[in-house]
Parts: sequence; structure tokens; C-alpha cells
Amino acid sequence: MIEGAIWRKWVFFYVPLALFVFVLLFPFYWMFITTFRPDGELYQPWNSPRYQPFWTNNPTWEHIKYLLEETLFSKWMWNTMLISGVSTIVSLFCGVLAGYALSRLNFPFAGTLGTGIFVTYLVPQTLLFIPLAEIIRNFNMGDTPWALMLTYPTFLIPFCTWLMMGYFKAIPKELEECARIDGASRWQAMVYIIIPVAIPGILSAGIFAFTLSWNEFIYALVFLSSPEQKTVPVGVTSELIRGDVFFWGSLMAGALLGSIPVAFVYSFFVEHYVAGLTGSVKG
Amino acid sequence: MAQVTIRQINKFYDDVHAVKDVNLQINDKEFVVFVGPSGCGKTTTLRMVAGLESISSGEILVDDVVVNELPPMDRDIAMVFQNYALYPHMSVFDNMAFGLKMRKFAREEIDKRVREAADILDIGELLKRKPRQLSGGQRQRVALGRAIVRHPKVFLFDEPLSNLDAKLRVQMRVELKKLHDRLGTTAIYVTHDQVEAMTLGDRVVVMKDGWVQQVGEPMDLYNKPANRFVAGFIGSPAMNFAGVTFVARDGGVWADNEAMKIKVPERLVERVRPHVGETATLGIRPEDMRIAGSADPVEYGFACDVEVVERLGSETLLDVRVGKDSLVASVDPMTPAKIRDKLRLALDPDRLHFFDGKTEAAI
Repeated sequence: MIEGAIWRKWVFFYVPLALFVFVLLFPFYWMFITTFRPDGELYQPWNSPRYQPFWTNNPTWEHIKYLLEETLFSKWMWNTMLISGVSTIVSLFCGVLAGYALSRLNFPFAGTLGTGIFVTYLVPQTLLFIPLAEIIRNFNMGDTPWALMLTYPTFLIPFCTWLMMGYFKAIPKELEECARIDGASRWQAMVYIIIPVAIPGILSAGIFAFTLSWNEFIYALVFLSSPEQKTVPVGVTSELIRGDVFFWGSLMAGALLGSIPVAFVYSFFVEHYVAGLTGSVKG
Repeated sequence: MAQVTIRQINKFYDDVHAVKDVNLQINDKEFVVFVGPSGCGKTTTLRMVAGLESISSGEILVDDVVVNELPPMDRDIAMVFQNYALYPHMSVFDNMAFGLKMRKFAREEIDKRVREAADILDIGELLKRKPRQLSGGQRQRVALGRAIVRHPKVFLFDEPLSNLDAKLRVQMRVELKKLHDRLGTTAIYVTHDQVEAMTLGDRVVVMKDGWVQQVGEPMDLYNKPANRFVAGFIGSPAMNFAGVTFVARDGGVWADNEAMKIKVPERLVERVRPHVGETATLGIRPEDMRIAGSADPVEYGFACDVEVVERLGSETLLDVRVGKDSLVASVDPMTPAKIRDKLRLALDPDRLHFFDGKTEAAI
């Protein structure tokens, strides 16, 4: 915290904080208000006398109704959830084991390998999707959820491995050594001691992985083509923007509903999540 | 019931030779303390006994069985770590029961043993708490409890008291001593604190730079240090050292420097004679000096300037300067000596030590 006179606290803490909160939350507010604003208000020019961009007096469910009834939105939600869930679980499983091995087992080039894994995470997706598309085509997985469930881990596993490596390194080695003297094998020491202690780290890796796959756009756009296979970000933008016509109300409704699961997951684990990022293991 | 034999073990980390040719026989029920400055190889030796470090060469035997290749779980040892290493997600009970669960003990037996250990350590009320809800001393007890429930062949302690505050450390030291007396389990204890080593050990192993310097009972180390390092490491305040040259004069041998002329006592003369003309180090403990009276012989005393007077109550420490050397003497607490006094100190000739100038070994 900032010490000193009250004005300093305002100038250096509250005012910047308020600006920050405003910048972060305003898009959500805009999304929210647009969802419930009737079309008549949405398409008014800015200089019309009844122009009222920040509020509406005639809220309507019509956009949400349109989204749920006239589009395949619920199917997209299900697809996204399935794909994100599976790729998160796969990536967490691999990431936890790999992170443990890289941080705890002494083998030649462990450090180099760790760095190498991180570097693969830095290769941009916009480059990778070209060779990946070829692979997907060869395996005949195009336009199926498998295409994404298997390609998302290509960037999620390096990410989870890297995060878990750091977290495992912060856990005192003695815990594991003590368990092994107590009669646990290396595997038992990991399962009974290290993994339970690493739960905050695993949760934050999981939340991150889930969010990344939930929001993923390029692979989903390239590997899926039929409307009933699409995920929320691709479905909403491809079906609700027709030519140069934007269905703003339903678009925003899709974005709003699509962000609810992520917000829910975050709020549920927020305490663990913060502990995971700050890497605190209390003895 | 176990004895541990360490036979010619070495440890290399890449280019670093951390433990050098250590040999030691630890008898059943014995409490052996490894002591030395940090980086001397004592903890590495302990970890090799535990099975946490591989052994580069040599053998470790527990009850005549070579354990070099056995994983830690099969060595039937228990270890207490400096940072306690309590499992943070488990209650005190589960922490203590973990080793027994891993070894598939029956539930009733686990319960019985944990309660027994909790009684011994007086932590019966804490069994349901998590480690983070305990104070440092309580955590230390839980860590001890976790070791004793298993009834292992050997206890290993890796600086277990270092994280406690001074008062608690003294208290736990006494309790450890009682505990060992009661359980009689063979124990190996590593510390950098010579007071812990002296008070706890049946025998003490002093290490430096990977070498064992001396092995012996605490009072042997104190009375007959094998070399200058052991002499300076054991005892508090530390032994005083002064550079001298041996000179044959007046039918005897003298240890001289520009400010001090001390006659070598009869019992040492024969051993010192071959070194006449060489430089050496004279060692004398603070408690073996006193302010000289008129009856004290001149050849076992020297004149000095008092630089600091530290009154500790039970003793008074005088920091004095004699030529180039500055020495500490522990004298009568009621002494009227004060700073900038000039006075004479007398040495106890029976408690003089000499160390070779080059090898630093005791003469």
C-alpha cells in the first residue's frame, strides 16, 4: 500500500484503480446493454434526438430468444464445453506429469528440454495451423470435435507444463524426501503428497487451459466447417454476421452467454487461483 | 536395535569432492553427532545414509547389510528435517500416520502408535490440527512424532533445531536427549552448532571440507583436540591461538613471540623438541587463564592490555592484546579489571596446546 497523505492515496491508488476497473468492465457493460436493447434503439444514428447509448428504457429478450431458437447456439455451447473440457483434462494430465518430471527428476538435458517446451508455446498459432490442417486432413478428422480436442493440447500442454514446473519447484524437496523415507515409492510420494500440495497450481493451470480453449478462434475456424460442429466464438461470428449485416443484439447475447461458464469457473476457484499464481505453499 | 557402518565412503558432485573417505562405526543405541561448518559434507553423509543421495564409492551397512542400492523406504530409518517437512494438507494425526499407512499397518495399530507417540511428545491435543496452525516448537514435535511412530532402526536428524528460537532450542535439546534415553534408538544427528554436538552426542564427529577431522567423546574433543580446527571449533568462547616459535634455552624448550615467552611444560617437551626452530601455534582456552597473582610462575604468564571487559555474570571475559595477538580470557566475575588496564595473565600449563605451524596437527 501507499503510505503518506490521503491525497497521495487517491492520486496513486484509488484513481488509477477506478480507471482500470472502468476500462476492464466497460466492454462487458456494453455487451450486456446491447443484448437487452431493442433493434429500434440499436440502429439509431448518434445525432438523433432520442439517441441514448448507455441505457435503455425498453429492455427486451428478443435477441436471446432469436439466438436460442433460430441459431444452433445451444449446440455450439455444448461443442465448446466438450472440446474445452476434454482438451483441458488431457493437457492437465500431461502437463502435471511432465512438469513434475522436469522439475524433480534429474536426467540429462532436463533444463534444455524445459526451455524447449516453453519455446514451442511461443510459436504462433497462425503459423502452426497450416501444417496442422494437413495432418487433420490426413487423419480424416476435419469437421469433427476430434480436430480441436487433439490440436488444442499442442499449445495447452507446453503452457501447463511450464506453469506446473514452476509450481513444483516451489514445493520443498524435503516433503517428498520425507515421504520416501516414510515408505512411499516415488509414484506414491507424488500422488499422496506433491499433487495434493500442488492443487492450487493445478487449478490455475486448468482454469487457464479451459479459458484458452474456450476462446480459441483460428483452429476452430479452420478445422470446422458445418454449422452444427462449430464452437461459440466461431459460430456466433460466422452465423450472426451475414455479409456486411451485423446482428448486434444476438451477437452480444451470444458473447454474454458464452462468457458465463468461464466467469463461473473463475469465481468458483478464484482463491485457489490467486494462490496458484503467487505460488504460495504454506508449511 | 541397529548399528550403522560407514566404510570408506566418498561423494562427488561433478567436479566437487564433497565427502572424502569417511569411515565410522556407529554402535547400537549410540547417539552420534556430525558437526562442522556449512559445506563440510556432514549433511551429504547423512543423506547418503538415508538413501537420498547416491554413494560415489564405499559402503554403508545397517546391521551388517549393505544398503547402498536400497531405496530410502527399505532402509527402515526415520529422518527429521530442518524445515520439518510436515505434509501441509494433512492433519497432525495423518502426518504421523502416513509412514504406517504406507507400510500397511492395521488401523488399530496405527491409532495406538500415534497416540503413544503423541503422549510422549505431549501433542495429544493437536492431533486434529493442520501444520499451519502450529507454532514452530509444536511443528518440531510433530516431525519428531512422525519419526518415532515407526519404531525405525535408526533416527537421522538434519539440523532439527536450527529453525527454532534460542530459548526453544535449548528446551528441545534437553527433550531430545530424554527421548533418546527413553527409546534407545541409534541416532545420527547433524548440526553446525558445537553446543548441540557437545550436549547431545555420545560421540561427536567433526568434519571440515569433506574430511573427518576427529571422532571422539565430547570431553575428549575438548581436552585433546587432534588439530587446530577442532580446537577452535569445539568450546565457547573459542580457544585462543597465538603464533610462536620453539626455541631451546636454559635447558628447556620455550614457545616465544615478541610479546610472550612461555615455557613448554615437561609433559610436552619430548614431543616438541624435534620442532625446535619451527613456527607453531599455541592454543589456550579462555577458561584456562586467570589474572596472575604474585605466586604464579613467570614462565606461564604474560603482560597484556585490556581492550574490552564483558561481564556475563557467571564469568567475566577480558579481551586483551598481547603484541600482535588478541586473546580472550575468562576470569573471576568479580575482577576489578577495567578497560585500558595493564595486567598479567597466568596460563594453566597442564592445559596448553601446541599445533604444528604447517600441518596444524596437535603436537
